[in-house]
Amino acid sequence: MRIGALDRKILRDAWHIRAQIIACALVVAGGINSFVSLSSLNRSLAASQASFYEEYRFADVFAGAVRAPEHVAQRLAEIPGVAVLETRVVARVNLDVPGLDEPARGRIVSISRDPTGGLNALYIRRGRMPAAASQDEVLVAEAFAIANRLEPGDSIRAVVNGRYKSLRIVGVAISPEYIYALGPGQLVPDNRRYGILWMDRKGLATAYDMEGAFNDVTAKVSPGATVEPVLGEMDRILGAYGGVGAYDREDQLSHRFLSDEIAQNRTMSRITPTIFLAVGAFLLYTILTRLVQMQRSQVGLLKAFGYSGGEISLHYLKLALVISLLGAAMGVATGIPFANAMLDLYAEFYFFPMYASDQVWPVAAAGVSLAVAAAALGAVPAALRAARLAPAESMHPEPPPRFHAGVFERWGIRHALRPAGRMLVRNLARRPLRFVANVAGIAIAVALLVMMTAMMDGVRYLMEWQFTVVQHEDVQVLLTEPRSREALDSLRAMRGVVEVEPFRFASGRFHAGHRMKRGLVFGIEDSPTLRRVVAADGHAPAIPPDGVLLTGIFASALQVRAGDTIEVEVMEGKRPRVPMLVVGVVEEPIGFSAYVSRATANRLMGEGDVLTGAYLRVDANERAKVFADLKAMPQVAGANLREAAYAQFREMIDRSVGIMITVNLVFAWIIAFGLVYNGARIALSERGYELATLRVLGFTQRESAALLLGEQGVITGVGLPAGLALGIALTLYFVWMLSTDMWRMPFVVTGLNLVGAMAAVGFAAAASGAAVAWRLRRLDLVGALKARE
Amino acid sequence: MPDPIFRMRDVSKVYHVGDLEVVALRDVSLELYAGEFVVLLGPSGSGKSTLLNLLGGLDTPTKGQVDYLDHDLSEGGDEKLTAFRREHVGFVFQFYNLIPSLTAAENVALVTDIADRPLDPREALALVGLAERADHFPAQLSGGEQQRVAIARAVAKRPDVLLCDEPTGALDVETGRLVLEVLERVNRELGTITAVITHNASIAAMGDRVIRMSSGHIVDIAANAKRLPASELVW
Repeated sequence: MRIGALDRKILRDAWHIRAQIIACALVVAGGINSFVSLSSLNRSLAASQASFYEEYRFADVFAGAVRAPEHVAQRLAEIPGVAVLETRVVARVNLDVPGLDEPARGRIVSISRDPTGGLNALYIRRGRMPAAASQDEVLVAEAFAIANRLEPGDSIRAVVNGRYKSLRIVGVAISPEYIYALGPGQLVPDNRRYGILWMDRKGLATAYDMEGAFNDVTAKVSPGATVEPVLGEMDRILGAYGGVGAYDREDQLSHRFLSDEIAQNRTMSRITPTIFLAVGAFLLYTILTRLVQMQRSQVGLLKAFGYSGGEISLHYLKLALVISLLGAAMGVATGIPFANAMLDLYAEFYFFPMYASDQVWPVAAAGVSLAVAAAALGAVPAALRAARLAPAESMHPEPPPRFHAGVFERWGIRHALRPAGRMLVRNLARRPLRFVANVAGIAIAVALLVMMTAMMDGVRYLMEWQFTVVQHEDVQVLLTEPRSREALDSLRAMRGVVEVEPFRFASGRFHAGHRMKRGLVFGIEDSPTLRRVVAADGHAPAIPPDGVLLTGIFASALQVRAGDTIEVEVMEGKRPRVPMLVVGVVEEPIGFSAYVSRATANRLMGEGDVLTGAYLRVDANERAKVFADLKAMPQVAGANLREAAYAQFREMIDRSVGIMITVNLVFAWIIAFGLVYNGARIALSERGYELATLRVLGFTQRESAALLLGEQGVITGVGLPAGLALGIALTLYFVWMLSTDMWRMPFVVTGLNLVGAMAAVGFAAAASGAAVAWRLRRLDLVGALKARE
Repeated sequence: MPDPIFRMRDVSKVYHVGDLEVVALRDVSLELYAGEFVVLLGPSGSGKSTLLNLLGGLDTPTKGQVDYLDHDLSEGGDEKLTAFRREHVGFVFQFYNLIPSLTAAENVALVTDIADRPLDPREALALVGLAERADHFPAQLSGGEQQRVAIARAVAKRPDVLLCDEPTGALDVETGRLVLEVLERVNRELGTITAVITHNASIAAMGDRVIRMSSGHIVDIAANAKRLPASELVW
């Protein structure tokens, strides 16, 4: 292929300014990397979710009951709007996992009898379906199988309906209902200690005395039907059978977590690339504008030879194309492995039959177009400027730029500054937009770091709070069903148990006017010590003998405050619905809990001294024994270990923090480097002649470097604190955006974060400046005496 | 004869341009004396700019010795040469080389700020007849005015030597003459050694001595019996 002379020229021009081109391409690469990785990750998650839901018929409505005769199913199926309905038997089970001292917990779900697989159908990863009517064959969820290294053919001991039983694993499965499996009382998935199992309906019904009955319902609504009336009607019918409240996908834990994750990711996948590409477009604009300016006489010459304005524009646009393609190539090349690494991380928490992997190439293609579009945005104004240059005029050297005493001077700063300072101020003031764009770029780099570290610290703070301030127990014991005081006594009597604090949980619905929220009625001791209720300021309000304490997130969802009355509907037993006074709001960052005294909870339920679980403090030396004893207790449904959960969480955070900090640091460095290096190179190019003159006049290298870098210094100096402000604003935005029904992200910005972010960006800026200052050594002093171009 | 201020002995300067070796000066020897006005004449490429660069401490010779009083200029590091320029040399360029973002007075102040016992910037501008234009930016001044500001900037530090590379090269006759008058006045009133490079032979008449160069050699050094005032020059 023959390369035309004009193309050769642009290639050599590109080679000449290669360092700037690389700086700009790196910024574009950062944008495309984040676009490709985040978008393909997100599209992969969304597509995996959609296709899994679709093919395996994820239900729209879920409801539980204590025990309903099978004929009720007919009435439920006839509810207008219900398209398909399935009844199930679902049971809690205690599992004895090999190698684990404490009892693990499980949920056994009956398998649909529908030959097509029915609703929430199972994907069998390995092995086979349990045989019909089998009472000991089970499928285990892949998450649990991986965490405990279980394979088809293995057995697992379980306490099924109070009796020890050995369950044979015949297969490993995944369900659209449990893509993300969070056990009761867990804040992060602990797949080693919590797992889903599936068993044949008949076998399970036999084991739990549920023949001819069901205790769980799922349904799909007809296309176009609204869910609300279906939920209401279902509640009405199941009320008589101990119904605990129907809910839709929004309240289905797995769906909720996954969908929140996808939504948050989507936002990130838009924000980050936009920032980078905007900075990249700006850099390209400055590079090309400068190039056209330096090559005015060449442009004039080309026009004199007969090249058209369009051809000359195209000539410069080709350079932009080269830069954008270079950036896109780097972005795609690093983005794809990065996306895969993130998918691997997600695959540890979100279980799909397979992650949609066909999303990468369309996203990569979109990324390349995006890079080209951003480049065009930056390059077109410069290219048009070249096209508009009049040939005769452009062959003359450019007249000296016009300066005048600006606003700063009128403020009297003039007398406070040496001439060098005035040069700096006037050069900045002459191009206010360029100044603002540069400052904004630096500020964004700082803000990214501030926001990211603040988020990490926020999550950490949340967990530290939960695990060290709120929870002081060693074990949280959950009972299979509400038990009387004897259960408490037997826990107290266990050797090694130092302290026992009983609680009474019940799920509930909370009404305030027309607003309704599902939450937890949490009956605890009057002055709890093992599981405290603590406000954000560290103050622990007493549990009121009457009335209820709401978490802040709950109170704001219901739009109530202390002094208001809400209606509490307990979704258990006789489902009492009573008005209660909100006596206080605790700013707990986690969960929808309504704290009452246990006596109040018992009274509400019309029961005696009843508990559903207890917090235990255990003698460190007797731990193993206590765990073994708990495993053997049929009334114990499970145990959550504070320390294990804490460790699990810390490990998860530490791993993701490492990745996040590295990625964001690299991103912030790329932006700072791109801006400062490019800005200083352009300043050097624009004012090399001026600096050489100063050197001839006797300025030292250091003095002229100070003049050259002064502008970048001011830009960085203004950009760093501006970045703190922007970072704090961005953090507030993310805190707001990432707060879900279950979490309220705390706003944690420490001095260390702020200083660290400024130092990291300041360092990158200083290093880039130094790299350019180094070039001053090669400044052509003799050339300064010679004729100007 | 008084002692020379500048002394060049057998100086050669070779530049490497790509694979080419360009000999800009060959075995040149020259002495400059206090207070004299020297005109360096010669066509392009004759070596006069190279000579000026060596005298001004912008460059060092490939061979030979350059001394300014007891300073050895033939081998100074960048710092030493910078200090020499800063303390002793004033430069005037063909294209003025003013800083566009600074006013006339500020351009002068740029140099007086780093000098030991400078003139007041406004005094220096008065010396070149531009007291009125002190607060104008370069873009608001004519070429001749800009060159006079450049001269004011060069002399404001009271240099020992004023080196001018084609100071009238970009100016018309009238303006050029005005600029030369200023140089003449500075030389007379401040006693600064003044070396002017030009390829305009008419200017030779205003110098104490005229040095003619060709192909890297000094071909002739002639003393003018009588200096012609710049105002009477014709070209």
